[in-house]
Amino acid sequence: MSMNRRQFVRALGAGAALGAAGTLAGCATTGGGGKRVVVIGGGFGGATAAKYIRMWAPDIAVTLVERGQKFVSCPFSNRVLAGSMTIDQLTTPYDGLARNHGVKVVHDEVVAIDPVKHEVRLAGGSTLGYDRLIVAPGMDFMYETIPGLTSASAREQIPHAWKAGPQTVALRRQIESMRDGGVVAVHIPKAPYRCPPGPYERACQIATYLKKAKPRSKILLLDANPDITSKKGLFMAAWKDLYPGMIEYRPNSELHDVDASTRTAKLVFGDVKADVLNVIPPQRAGNIARQAGLITANNRWCGVDYLTWESVAHKDVHVIGDATLSAPGMPKSGHMANQHGKIVADAVVALLTGRPVNDEPMIANTCYSWVSDREVVHVASVHAYDKAKKTMVTVKGAGGLSAKRNMKEAGFASAWAENIWADMLK
Amino acid sequence: MRITSRGACAFAIVALGLAAPIAASAQQDYKARSWAASCAACHGTNGHSTNEIKPLAGKDKIALVKILKEFRAGERKVATVMHQHAKGYSDDQIERIAAYFAAQKK
Ligand code: HEC
Repeated sequence: MSMNRRQFVRALGAGAALGAAGTLAGCATTGGGGKRVVVIGGGFGGATAAKYIRMWAPDIAVTLVERGQKFVSCPFSNRVLAGSMTIDQLTTPYDGLARNHGVKVVHDEVVAIDPVKHEVRLAGGSTLGYDRLIVAPGMDFMYETIPGLTSASAREQIPHAWKAGPQTVALRRQIESMRDGGVVAVHIPKAPYRCPPGPYERACQIATYLKKAKPRSKILLLDANPDITSKKGLFMAAWKDLYPGMIEYRPNSELHDVDASTRTAKLVFGDVKADVLNVIPPQRAGNIARQAGLITANNRWCGVDYLTWESVAHKDVHVIGDATLSAPGMPKSGHMANQHGKIVADAVVALLTGRPVNDEPMIANTCYSWVSDREVVHVASVHAYDKAKKTMVTVKGAGGLSAKRNMKEAGFASAWAENIWADMLK
Repeated sequence: MRITSRGACAFAIVALGLAAPIAASAQQDYKARSWAASCAACHGTNGHSTNEIKPLAGKDKIALVKILKEFRAGERKVATVMHQHAKGYSDDQIERIAAYFAAQKK
């Protein structure tokens, strides 16, 4: 006779055995048999959630729906602009999730969510039922705020390069083919946007290349914000020391349109014409979240209960990552999304197996930024759930910045990337 | 009767004396597991890093607690980021996170 663990436990009539199972190393506490979780989006949040649910509750069936064949990391993609890394080095396949964790990975696109029937419909025509749904679509651009970027050709001419992949390569090509003495203009949207230090790191990485290849060129940072939003002192020191005279920072440079044919940024205070124009448009929760009615804050972000990351709009639907309304002091970052993925995994497993949800979740963030091809700076923070305020709050006294840019953290940053990519996908 | 590998786990529990009442403290510390998962972003899943950021899996619990408290107090020489993370955690959390990593296979 052959029996699996559940049957065996049942045969014993020993409910207690389930509670004790976790006390022995190698005996995963399971339960949740027959339950189905669907995860939409295989980025830092979604892939992590899918893996951790399977790791912590192998009896729960997890299907991850992701349109890309492979994962391409946004963190470190600015280094492609400097020529220090290739897209291939940022790319990890999804097969580890299936092979090592039994996640069913479906390469398709979700076209509709039915929160009443507990179903998602795929572009390929099939339907997936779920007990709990995790929506991790990242962000999409609010192109309606920049009419000149309506056409596909305009979006090629003026790349965002804010989702890593072909757009990153397109921006790299434009900078490579620019004349020496040209101007690269980068427009930064008002916060909140994905990866607060990213645009300032981008200036450093473009400058790394220009300093070597086209030293008479300039970088114009057109920031819609009144000031540098992250690691200000560290970035300003790097610009001044490493790229003197090359980077000009213009705060309060709100964009209202572009002219793609002439690569002109139309700012509230006049036009700026560039040789290469990189516009990072304003962002909101990914389109599927919007379409499913999950956006509840400022017409942009998805409100959630920070204990379970369950949507405040739909029951049994959780939202994580950049798409969510960030609690105060919580940046939209890949590291953060990885942390959301684990909290939601634990909460979903708890809810599906009938144990209490963790009422004291902790998450931490660290964003490493490359200020040259060998030096790195970081910002870190730790966040705890505040029971009275019902939100995550930054732990006072914890977190902080690098004392100054340094090479030691270049090694740690690379180690971080390797480990976080493996933590989500292997 | 043949039992599958997961069945063998349950079997082992029985063999070890399931009849005895199970103390709450002997149960899986889910909170610690969740807190420790936060560290995994840098130190690898369950602390299994193989690179410059050191692994935590299977390390001695007392040593881990000591190091983390030293980070928190700013007493460790080599600290680019850990002193900033350690300051976010209480004594109790440090003990339980350390116990979690100590219990992981190397
Ligand atoms: C942002 C990445 C990051 C996160 C998150 C992180 N660590 Fe670390 N950890 C490091 C680095 C880098 C070092 C090396 C010391 C330094 O430079 O701060 C380190 C060192 C350590 C050490 C010393 C290892 C040794 O043998 O010398 C321990 C113990 C440790 N971390 C535990 C933890 C625990 C527990 C957590 C979660 C609460 C954690 N770390 C979260 C990056 C991280």
